[in-house]
Amino acid sequence: MVRRELLLGDEAVALAAIHAGISGAYGYPGTPSTELFEYIENVREQHGIYARWSANEKVAYEEALGMSFAGRRAIVSMKHVGLNVAADPFVNSGVTGVNGGLVICVADDPGMHSSQDEQDSRHYAKFALIPCLEPHDQQEAYDMTLAAFDLSEEVGLPVMVRIVTRLAHSRSDVVAGTPRPQNPLRAPLDPIQFTLLPSNARMLYSRLTDKQPALLEGSEVSHFNLLSLDGDRSRGIVTHGIAWNYVREAFGGAVPHPCVQIGRYPIPTAKLMRLVEAVPEIVVVEEGYPLIEEALRGVAGIPGKRILGKLDGTFPRTGELNPTNVAAGLGFPRPQLMSPALERVPGRPPTLCPGCGHTDAFAVIKEAMAPYGGHRLFSDIGCYTLGFYPPHGAIQSCVCMGASISMAAGAAHAGQWPVICAIGDSTFAHSGMTPLLTAARRNTDINVFILDNGTVAMTGTQETLATGEELDAIVRGLGVPPEHVRVFTPLAGRREENVRIIREEIEYKGTSVLIARRPCVQAKRRGVA
Amino acid sequence: MKQDIILAGVGGQGILTVAFLLDSAAVARGWRLKQAEVHGMAQRGGAVYSHLRFSDREVVSDMVPLGQADMILAVEPLEVQRYVPFLRPGGVVVANREPHKNIPDYPADQVVLDAVLALPRAVLIDAKGIAEAAGVPKAQNMAMVGAATPFLPFELEDFRPIVNAMFGAKGEKVVAANMAALEAGYRIGAACKALLDQGVGSAETARRVTAPA
Ligand SMILES: Cc1ncc(C[n+]2csc(CCOP(=O)(O)OP(=O)(O)O)c2C)c(N)n1
Ligand code: SF4
Repeated sequence: MVRRELLLGDEAVALAAIHAGISGAYGYPGTPSTELFEYIENVREQHGIYARWSANEKVAYEEALGMSFAGRRAIVSMKHVGLNVAADPFVNSGVTGVNGGLVICVADDPGMHSSQDEQDSRHYAKFALIPCLEPHDQQEAYDMTLAAFDLSEEVGLPVMVRIVTRLAHSRSDVVAGTPRPQNPLRAPLDPIQFTLLPSNARMLYSRLTDKQPALLEGSEVSHFNLLSLDGDRSRGIVTHGIAWNYVREAFGGAVPHPCVQIGRYPIPTAKLMRLVEAVPEIVVVEEGYPLIEEALRGVAGIPGKRILGKLDGTFPRTGELNPTNVAAGLGFPRPQLMSPALERVPGRPPTLCPGCGHTDAFAVIKEAMAPYGGHRLFSDIGCYTLGFYPPHGAIQSCVCMGASISMAAGAAHAGQWPVICAIGDSTFAHSGMTPLLTAARRNTDINVFILDNGTVAMTGTQETLATGEELDAIVRGLGVPPEHVRVFTPLAGRREENVRIIREEIEYKGTSVLIARRPCVQAKRRGVA
Repeated sequence: MKQDIILAGVGGQGILTVAFLLDSAAVARGWRLKQAEVHGMAQRGGAVYSHLRFSDREVVSDMVPLGQADMILAVEPLEVQRYVPFLRPGGVVVANREPHKNIPDYPADQVVLDAVLALPRAVLIDAKGIAEAAGVPKAQNMAMVGAATPFLPFELEDFRPIVNAMFGAKGEKVVAANMAALEAGYRIGAACKALLDQGVGSAETARRVTAPA
């Protein structure tokens, strides 16, 4: 009997990676990708797989590339904005190519459920000139990830698997295959492959562009890209990934028009052209940026054809698709809906937990800053970003991991005083050390609060790489004078003392670091801090 | 057969446990399912939901379309209102009656409960009372699943092996107490369903069905 397992999309990718014989899994936490890595981490010992969190996505990607260099298979996973951080090795790994199979799974977050933007990673795959596979359900997440490893070794390139929140965080049943053994260690056959000196890189880049026709041909013949010319030819439908489910849902299961369903990129242009020739009107239903739609429209559109999609407002340009807005865009009448029985349903945003040290840290920072004409706190990403909401009203920025310190430095260069910023311990390890090194070296007059709760709380209390005394030592090592590395416990009972410490450092003309140290209550409850 | 359920609650209340029970029961019946959930925020206290769809045939979309849910199963009464537009005509609401007040503008208790009962097919469950009577105050979600069961294509017995698997390690007594909470919830759900099916309104049904000791 076949074994069916209920798996999240994230877990289906993870299980396939294990079955594909990976020797390493790499990543940095980030919703909605976190559960992928964690699934492998939980079984790493029994499978003999290296699976430990990295300090950030760039590190993770490079570690995975090193594993590939050594001939073995690796998966690296991250949320979409994580790929911005890993973009340098990612794009260049298209040029180097791989040795052992390398799959990067990126979890995009259309609708920004827990992200700063809704960038579409398919653009990155296109940019790096590598193939991208995009599953529409959990079973395909498994099947495509297995296929991605073989494809990676076949074409000698990293392969992206793109998933989105609603697949990453939805469970369904998956039938798994049989595991394949890990690759043996095997040095790259080509001695220059990983040395991107300009003289080598020019050659390797040509090699990458030379592969493109074969990648396109691979897309044209792939069973992950389906063309059907059956049905009512008054219009045709082009869709991909999870959007396909919403289209089928709208039509009650079977789509009565010709359609192209894309699951492998580069975009299969010949398949699209056959559809275009068959119908006067093409509806592009796309989850993410209008990548397929833009390709189809080109600069001048297609003479004599109507193209409907996100660019003409048939579907919303921002936010995620759902079965309701897809049905509406396809022209189905809006259903009559019941209304709530309350005139106003109050919102219930997430809040800092009762007993969270961040609350007391914000309170004392605000109090200390009061005589300086209020406060403007450059902040960063983590639980403490919730300090934006009332009653805290404590932060004035949140841009990307690590930006708090660098933006504070810029404001100080501009002449603002005092300048304060706050960053969590894991965000500091991720991207805060280089801006602090820069500020300390220039002795820029900023006060950096590191909110050390001993964990990566925001994404579910994963292990942090810099906490406690090691964190203090790193800060000193980056060049902050030891007497201006101040550690305090953010507790209401210690307010007076803490206010005094903070004011002393504000008055100091130079870079100082104030470490607010108190364990996260959720991490404590789980016994991980 | 096809069931679309919206599970609703507040982060930390354990709607994923409710989802797990229903998922497991559907899988044991050999049905297909998709269950989309909200993850990622370690903090407590925000609104959370899950879309659970199961069927004896393929389930296509992970998300329930507006106006199609057969049930809203809410472990917090105010949370019901957020998802009412998902309900289909004739869809049922099964809600815990205990408010979770962690926001400054939480309406008066009676307003919240009346608003649930203002919906055409709604039942309010005293999950806390049921769980305490069963001797396991933590079993509130069991009581909620029990109360929902008469409205779903499940029998009480579907849950016994699941409860066994969940609590077996803690001993026979814990299993029995959790089953007792499930059963007590079931009895109330069944009594309410009988009245609602006769066309008795939600508020009147709530008046007539009082928690049996
Ligand atoms: C590039 C990038 N990677 C990952 C994330 C997801 N993410 C946001 S904050 C955070 C870590 C927060 O940890 P920490 O700084 O220690 O703060 P805490 O939540 O513990 O207060 C993560 C992993 C992101 N937003 N951007
Ligand atoms: S999870 Fe930890 S850091 Fe986040 S709000 Fe709760 S106590 Fe604070």
